[in-house]
This record gives sequence, structure tokens and C-alpha cells, in this order.
Amino acid sequence: MTLMLFLLAVPTLAAALAAMCLRNLVHAALCAAICFTGVAALFVYLGAEFMGFAQVIIYVGAIAILLLFAVLLTRGFETLSPLRARQVPWPVGVMAALITLAVMTISVVSSPSLLRPRTAMVLRTRQVGDRLMTDYVLPMEAIGLLMTAVLIGAAVLALRDSNGAKRRRVP
Amino acid sequence: MMFADADQFFVRLKATWVALFPGQMQALVSVTTNAVAIVVTFALLFAVTTLLERKGLGRMQNRYGPNRVGPWGLLQPLADGLKMLIKEDIVPTGADRVVHFLAPVTLVLCVILGFAVIPMGHNMAATDLDAGLVFFFAAGAGSEVAVFMAGWASRSKYPLLGAMRAIAQVISYEMPLVLSAVAVVMLAGTLSLVGIVQSQEGYHWGWLARWHVFTPWGLAGFLLFFTAALAESNRSPFDIPEGESEIIAGHMVEYSGFKYALFFLGEYLGLFALAGLGSTLFLGGYLPPLAFLNWVPSWIWFLFKLMMLVSVFIWLRGTMPRLRADQLMEFAWKFLLPMSLFNLVIAGAWKFSRTWSVPGGNLSRWLMGAALLALAYLALSRLFQARHKPRVYRYV
Repeated sequence: MTLMLFLLAVPTLAAALAAMCLRNLVHAALCAAICFTGVAALFVYLGAEFMGFAQVIIYVGAIAILLLFAVLLTRGFETLSPLRARQVPWPVGVMAALITLAVMTISVVSSPSLLRPRTAMVLRTRQVGDRLMTDYVLPMEAIGLLMTAVLIGAAVLALRDSNGAKRRRVP
Repeated sequence: MMFADADQFFVRLKATWVALFPGQMQALVSVTTNAVAIVVTFALLFAVTTLLERKGLGRMQNRYGPNRVGPWGLLQPLADGLKMLIKEDIVPTGADRVVHFLAPVTLVLCVILGFAVIPMGHNMAATDLDAGLVFFFAAGAGSEVAVFMAGWASRSKYPLLGAMRAIAQVISYEMPLVLSAVAVVMLAGTLSLVGIVQSQEGYHWGWLARWHVFTPWGLAGFLLFFTAALAESNRSPFDIPEGESEIIAGHMVEYSGFKYALFFLGEYLGLFALAGLGSTLFLGGYLPPLAFLNWVPSWIWFLFKLMMLVSVFIWLRGTMPRLRADQLMEFAWKFLLPMSLFNLVIAGAWKFSRTWSVPGGNLSRWLMGAALLALAYLALSRLFQARHKPRVYRYV
């Protein structure tokens, strides 16, 4: 079973490393997509099927595509020179990485789920749905509200654009 | 009974084959056998369908279609395959060679994964995952990345344009596709595709099958699913990503030989997967339509329904002109999406009105649901049409 873990973890980490180091931004985004898939595979390996599949749908199907579109639309993929990449002084990067690592470590170590006895648990999708609709209904509704606000905001931004375009059009 | 044997023939064949191997290897052999069976079956079906499509389109356009290779042109797919294999594989000089090569492979891989959860007969699903439907859509998510890879790696204008169009279209139409499937999940109470088929077992009044398509929300959902599936698999009238007359073949322009064939294989396999999912969700999967037809093996029913849907796809390709890109997006966001959301509401009402004592019973429930959906359809199409006045062309 540890062999399986390594087979999943090593490519995931390698893809994450490649996503950071590659000069070509589209290659980096594609490697990020591989990394997302690897994380999803780890979820499935740990018995959280639904989480894994949802991870692929959201991260590979939406976020990776968004990254790729952003790279293409900003034209950063052709003009990237080694000089531009080093504009940020390296201590800042190291500091940011250390802070992120510290926050993540603290939140994992202080999590109450570490104290619970470790039992093999197969999470049925029905249980996830039940919990979301009972115990966690408030967070879910809050996220839903946020998403709706974002959606309306995006529509408003797009609307202004198309009106401007219409005004310019010859009748 | 011979027919009862025929139903479980493949299941038993596999069990006998797997039993030939020693204990530890059996799980591995079982999985490999499933995968090989799926790949071989649907690749053969692909060959048959290309012939069917060319013959059918020929018929609709008043010509013969392929009729030179073999009797009645039956060996045409073989000739096509050979031609594709021995064609020169050209990679553009400026192309990103690795990504250019990986794109068709990724596409076919992602599409084939989707078949793993579709039940093709009694006990004939490769895996029965608890979240099977989510897996299906997750597997499909990778194909968008593959299309992008193909468009970008070719380093050429038309492929990039085609890939952009294809991705925009697939993402837009995924919303109504998933939402119409969610209605089925609500009513069946499970995400497992085997469970969804089992929820459609039995008959109303002893003769009408309990398929979801026979409920008002199911009928509307099926039509929405079918339309969205047409667009998802880039079929006419939604074949803008290919658009032979405008951008030649979209993201596939710079591909030749077997890589091009792989793209076609991926497209047709995606078509089969969506047709199979549609018949599983709404048309009762492998279940027979009438009780006395129970003796026909279940996998024949599945294949029959799948091929019926594929034939309708071909029929539509022969009759419908292509839409414009902006019309296509508007149709997805302003008509299909609100319609599928409303359908979700009706499905919820259907679920909770089960216990109500309505005068007229199920019939009045059915009529109410259908009337509400029809009203929503009329209102939405009015709104949609109001924005689209007949175009006036002025030549200066």
C-alpha cells in the first residue's frame, strides 16, 4: 500500500515542481493540471471518492482552463525573458513560502481530527450530501451566496462591455 | 433457457477466463479484461458508425455513399483505417512537439475513462462507483485540456481559434448537460449509474416502463440533455469548433495520419459515451421497454438504445445547418440554462408531490408538470425570439 502512495505522490510532486520551474507558462499550466489530477488520485486513494472527482471537475475542468486562457490573453507566454522572471527579490519569495508553510502546518497540527482514533472509513457520497444539508448547511449557503454575487458581478462587467460595443456599431 | 444464458453470457465468459489465473493475479486480470473489452467493442462500433454515417448521409443527400470497397462498401472502414495508418505524420516546424503528440492521446484516454462507469447490461458495468456520474463528468473534464493542447501546440492561427471556440462551447453546454442529469440524481436518490438504472425497473399499470423519460421533467430533461450532448460532442448543428467552411477543421488542422484518426476516434467515442449516459439516465439503460420482451439479452437493449440515439445524431447532421458562434453561446446561456434550472424545480416538485392526494392522482400530476414546463418553454422562447429580429442585409 505504501508503494501505491509513492506511485501517486512522486508524479504529483514532480508535476508541482515542474509547474514552478518551467519557463514556458503554458507548459507550467499544463503541469499544474497534472498536479491537480494527482491530488485527486490521492483523494480517491484515501477513500474520498466524491472529493477526488469533484477536484478533477473543478481544478482540471475549470481552473486549469482558466489559467491557460489567462496566459494566452495576457500574451505572457512569448515575451517572458529570464530577466523579467527575477524582478522580485528572492528573499521575498522565500518569506512568502515560509509563511504559507507555517500557516498550513499550524492549521493541520491543531486540527481536532488528528486526535480522533484512526479508523478505516469509507465515505459514502450520500453521507457527504446529508452532512452538507444538515450540519454544514450555513457554510454551504454562504458559499452559494458568494458564488451568486460573483456570477452577477461577472455578468455586469460583461454587460457594460457589450453595451459599449453596441454603441460603436453602425446601425 | 437459451436466452437467459445469452443475457449473462459475457459475464460468465469473463468469470471463466479470470478463474484460469492464480489468486493474486485475478483482480488485475479482471480489470484488464474489462478495459480491453471496452476499448475493442467501442473501437469496432466506431468503425461501423463511420460507415453508417456515410451511408446515411449519402441517402439523405440523394447519393450512394461508399460502395466500392467490398460488398455494398462494407469494408470501407478497414480501407479508411489502413489509409490513416500509412499516411505521413506531419508535425509543423514551429510546433511544440511533445504537447502536439500528447494532445490526441490525452483526448482518447479521457474519453475512454468515461465508459468505466456505464452499465452495459445486467452485471456488466466495469466498475460500479458510488459517485459514478461525477466520475463520468470528471473524466470528460480532461478532454477540454486536450483540445487546448492540440490548438496551442500547433502554433498556428486556425487551430488556436478552433480550440478557443471548442472550449468555450464545451464549457457553456456542460452546464445544461450536468443540470439535466442532476434532476435524475434527485429522483433516483443515487449517483451510481447502476443504481439509476435499477431505479427505473418495473412498470406503471403493468405495461408502461418506469423510465424517467416518461415523466414530464424526464422528457424535458432528456431533450435538454440530448441538445447539450450534441454540442458537447461537437456534432452538427453545433460543429462550430470544426467548421470546415470557416476554420477548416479547428484544432485538428495541423494533424495528419494516425493522430488525426485518434482525434476522430476520440470524438466518436465521446459521442457513444454521451449517448450511453443519456440512455442510462433517461431511457432505462439496459432495461427492456415492455415486460414481455424480457427474454432479449440486456446488453442488446443497451446497444440498441445507444445506436438509436447515434442514428438520430446522424439524422440531425444530415438535416440541420450550422449555427453561428454567438447564436450558439446565446442559446446555451439564455435558453438551455434557465430551462434546465426550471426543470430542476419541477423535478423537485414531482418528488415531493408523490405523497399528496391530488384529485386525478398521477395523471393530474403529470399534466400539471407538463403544463408548467410548456409554459416556461413558451415564455423563454418568446424572450429569446424578441432579441432576434429577422436579419436585414444591406449591400452598399
